[in-house]
Amino acid sequence: MLKLNDISMVVGNDQGENREIIRGINFEFEAGKVYGITGPNGGGKTSLAKLIMGIYMPSQGRIYLQDKDITPLSISERAQLGIIYAFQQPPRFKGLTVKDLINIARPGIDNLHLRMTLRDVGLCPEDYLDRDVGPGLSGGEMKRIEMAQTLAREAVVSIMDEPEAGVDLWTIQKLIAVIVGRYKKNPRLTTIIITHNENMLHICDEVLVMESGMLVHRGTPEEIWPHIKDEIECKMKEQCSGDVAYEIR
Amino acid sequence: MKLDEIQSNLLKTIADLEGTPEGAVNIRIDGSPVLRHSSPGIEITPKTDKPGFDLTVAPGSRGETVHVPVILTKAGLKDLVYNSFIIGENADVTIIAGCGIHNSSHMNSQHDGIHEFILHPNSKLRYVEKHYGEGRGKGKKILNPTTMVHVAEGASIEMEMVQIAGVDDTVRNTTVHIGSKGHVKMIERLLTHGSQHAESNVEMYIDGVSGSGQVLSRSVAKENSEQIFRAALIGRSDCTGHVECDSIIMGDSKIKSIPQLVAEDARAVLTHEAAIGKIAGEQLIKLMSLGLTEQQAVDTIIEGFLR
Repeated sequence: MLKLNDISMVVGNDQGENREIIRGINFEFEAGKVYGITGPNGGGKTSLAKLIMGIYMPSQGRIYLQDKDITPLSISERAQLGIIYAFQQPPRFKGLTVKDLINIARPGIDNLHLRMTLRDVGLCPEDYLDRDVGPGLSGGEMKRIEMAQTLAREAVVSIMDEPEAGVDLWTIQKLIAVIVGRYKKNPRLTTIIITHNENMLHICDEVLVMESGMLVHRGTPEEIWPHIKDEIECKMKEQCSGDVAYEIR
Repeated sequence: MKLDEIQSNLLKTIADLEGTPEGAVNIRIDGSPVLRHSSPGIEITPKTDKPGFDLTVAPGSRGETVHVPVILTKAGLKDLVYNSFIIGENADVTIIAGCGIHNSSHMNSQHDGIHEFILHPNSKLRYVEKHYGEGRGKGKKILNPTTMVHVAEGASIEMEMVQIAGVDDTVRNTTVHIGSKGHVKMIERLLTHGSQHAESNVEMYIDGVSGSGQVLSRSVAKENSEQIFRAALIGRSDCTGHVECDSIIMGDSKIKSIPQLVAEDARAVLTHEAAIGKIAGEQLIKLMSLGLTEQQAVDTIIEGFLR
């Protein structure tokens, strides 16, 4: 379905030095499968997603979608061919409503499906359809609206960048159920989820671990989770400042 | 009322009018009124000393919509009109105004509308005014509206003033006085392109206790156009006021945005927000990742912003 052939990406910094942030990735994502991509922050997960969407251009290598070389194509052209990327931090638009964005994602969507899509991400259509996708929405609401657009678009390749970030636990469970129902059982679609969430990783058919711009491990969630579990848990301890918690106790 | 195609299109664009509207109406074409009707609740009479009309809404009259559009299709015409809108106590109506100019000549066309609104106690008015110009000639399409608003105790007005496109030069002067428990919400939306120039000056005096005033301006400047927006809120009692001006700047355009707050009473609470910026790259990328081309993404963002 989607083939990455020796993809690398080099970026320059202010001092004029070049750094390779994606390093020689070869991988073929198959139709009918849900892939998880995980790994430490700064490992290149989002950069890889943006390379697939055409937001970044590789400095080397080719990208094929259903055997067509899409490397030179623009974002819009790739979108029209059936790739979608759900942003990690979706931008806000003053004056565009939730309904507008879903209508752009799925031109001509009927009212029933529009409402169902919002319900699938845990938003009440009555409250949200006419809301501005502007500063009045929380980060969690923005993420759910982003997911709603992705669901509505029904692209052949859907890349979701930390769809669970900022979303409450109840909605994550619902979101997982929707991904399983809509994507996992559909033999035509390829789904790529960038995530650190254990529950999310466990619905994936295959999990890839990215580190320093390379794919360092691949396997089933059961194989991969024990290896990455410590790192993710350790990170959490760092974030919640273990020392402070200890002193309070 | 017989209209040619240009006139019909202009009316449709600025006032969403097709055919002859029901109820009270005043349509002015090329400097003279061509259709004028009153209704039981709304009386429209010509002024005797100068061009224009007095539109009087009877006290307690509710729910009516009246259209008062102006169109100019004759080149070289300079139209000046004085209109007064008197809204009776406890009345609640909508007035749809607007001015459309078609000018394909080398001479300028200009309409200067001087509008006065008098809102009696506890009345309510929604006022919508759209400005639009079209035609390929070098002659300028010029619109200079002057608006004066007096809001009595407990009355409220929502004004939506929109410049859609094609107006080469505009100077908009608006002065508002708000009485106790009166409320004014003024929304201005403006698009300039080419080498157009737009200037808007708003002075809103919140005179009465518990009065409130809001000025919300959204504008987009494209190509080489220039915009100046000045909005002053003057709080003269225990009142609240807010100014918000938000602009998208494109091409080689220039925007000057000057919100001003003046408190003449220690109980006045006045706030302002102002922002000018180009369309964010992330916004374009987002819409393109949903299948729009870059141009479609730009158009969608601007259309939403000015809606």
